[in-house]
Amino acid sequence: MSTAQGAITGDGAPAIIAVRDVVKTFGAVRALDGVNLAVPPGIVYGLLGPNGAGKTTLIRILATLLRPTSGRVEVAGVDVVANATAARTRIGLAGQFAAVDGYQTGRENIEMVGRLYGLSPRQARRRTEEVLDGVDLGQAADRLVRTYSGGMRRRLDLAASLVGRPPVLYLDEPTTGIDPANRMELWGLVEELVAGGTTVLLTTQHLEEADRLAARIGVIDQGQLIVEGTADELKDTLGGSVLELATAEEHETTAVQVLARVAGDEPAYDAERARLRVRAPDGSRTLIAADDVFLSLTGHPTGQAPPAAAEAHPGSAPQGRPGQPAGAGHTPGGPAARPASEGQRR
Amino acid sequence: MTSTVDPFATGAATPARVRVTALDAVRDTLVMSRRNLRRTVRLPQLVVFATIQPVMFLVLFNYVFGGAISQTLPPAAGGAYINWLMPGIIVQTLLFGASQTAIGLTEDLVGGVVDRFRSLPMARSAVLAGRTLGDLVRNVGVMTLMLLIGFVLGFRAQTSWTGLLAGVALALLFSYAISWVMATLGLLAKNPEAAQSGVLLPIFPLVFASSVFLPTTTMPWWLQAFADNQPITHVVNAARGLMLGEGALPAGHSVTGQVLVALAWTVAIGLVFAVVSVAMYRRAVQ
Repeated sequence: MSTAQGAITGDGAPAIIAVRDVVKTFGAVRALDGVNLAVPPGIVYGLLGPNGAGKTTLIRILATLLRPTSGRVEVAGVDVVANATAARTRIGLAGQFAAVDGYQTGRENIEMVGRLYGLSPRQARRRTEEVLDGVDLGQAADRLVRTYSGGMRRRLDLAASLVGRPPVLYLDEPTTGIDPANRMELWGLVEELVAGGTTVLLTTQHLEEADRLAARIGVIDQGQLIVEGTADELKDTLGGSVLELATAEEHETTAVQVLARVAGDEPAYDAERARLRVRAPDGSRTLIAADDVFLSLTGHPTGQAPPAAAEAHPGSAPQGRPGQPAGAGHTPGGPAARPASEGQRR
Repeated sequence: MTSTVDPFATGAATPARVRVTALDAVRDTLVMSRRNLRRTVRLPQLVVFATIQPVMFLVLFNYVFGGAISQTLPPAAGGAYINWLMPGIIVQTLLFGASQTAIGLTEDLVGGVVDRFRSLPMARSAVLAGRTLGDLVRNVGVMTLMLLIGFVLGFRAQTSWTGLLAGVALALLFSYAISWVMATLGLLAKNPEAAQSGVLLPIFPLVFASSVFLPTTTMPWWLQAFADNQPITHVVNAARGLMLGEGALPAGHSVTGQVLVALAWTVAIGLVFAVVSVAMYRRAVQ
């Protein structure tokens, strides 16, 4: 089957995940409102958005768990609605909840999935050894999964999704609720997978995660992909980042001097909020800046529903704490606050 | 590991299913039922539920009620309540056991396991068929235990070994049909707590308002009208007829006739709810 939709990515390569005009309604709710997406093969594509934006709905459609109300979806050249079984041989899914059986051993869990992919008992056994070693669970293979830590369960869940060697892997908030060490390990595994040729579609609320892993990022809000591009492109839409610092009052003078030296620009003191603000120097593309991109595009912080009444502080406010999705100093607004549906989408 | 294969390399030679054949469906069902049986054996509360609880019912009913009741039973019971009780309590145990189909299914639904199964190139029917088959196998084990304890307590089939085995087989077949009802209820309930109450609650009046423990003749007319015509009574009467002979049946019924009625109920319930539950499972993907 060729790419019937002729979906071409921004780089001119044929898309391995092609989503065209997808709408999904639940009763009166439009969970997806005309999503277009073209993911080139061999990369991590990060899907960012607040809760309820439609990320999980899109993943569930791509994973054949839901059917779109309208629109077309192809994965690895296969229409997921018309040919769901064939599509399922090409995908792996690791969800927000580690979908593994506590009362089976790690090995039994993976072997079962292998058998359900259509492997023979011997093939399933061999493949199980491979993926368990791959996620570093070989030692724990014969323990009941209920004795596993949260991080181990996530890795087992990932292993289960890899049994069929899928060219496309969906990771739905894979690091939600696990500790930093396990998060780093999972990131390492994802990078190995992509090096092995897998295309990964990752949803996350952690901007740090998207910036670290994703070659391209799409921001989804209220059922629409409002912007997409590389992380750097997204940051550029903001037109420069602003660094905001909370300082104790007595250190203000010192802080101003230090900041002026580092940033090469005169910091301003915001008395009302007791914050120092300075423009970030050119070329300092910190991950945290992505948080601001996100905020100014959707008008609300990651991980939160749209606020009832958004404060209207101009500019945006990176804080020196990575991985914190909804920092205290983040406010909507700024020069790029309009939805950037034109300009970025190709 | 001597393997030099990169576990993360993609697109290697995996025999991919393009479509699911009938043979695949059978294989997947067996894989799924094995998984469910492991769970049954390893979850302590399930082991207790499947073994100690029914044995306790059997022992208590026999010794607490047996003395008073045995005087009033038909002669076919051979003067021992355990003989009358056994066919009934077998069916009761199987019904309670079948509720695990609903509860286990909802646990998979809320835990995300069903999402994984749905994203695999496996037979759609195998998730439900594997569960009901696993429960049937578990029921065979529970039944064996019940019969052993029953023999110790003095139960003897008054007809023949064939009659005993035929009665047990009929009860198991009925429990398999009920498992499909439970699968349907599980898909409706959606979470284990709702399944627990939504399933066990209706079973209690259905079991007691039947011929499971006592003949229906002393019940008030309206209750008797219900009890005499509900499927549990038909199945229990058929099993009782097979194990104790025609004298254990209400006047005017033959063993063959009663078995045919019980089989008709069993097949009808099984078919209807198998079709309904599989359709519900498929339709959840909309």
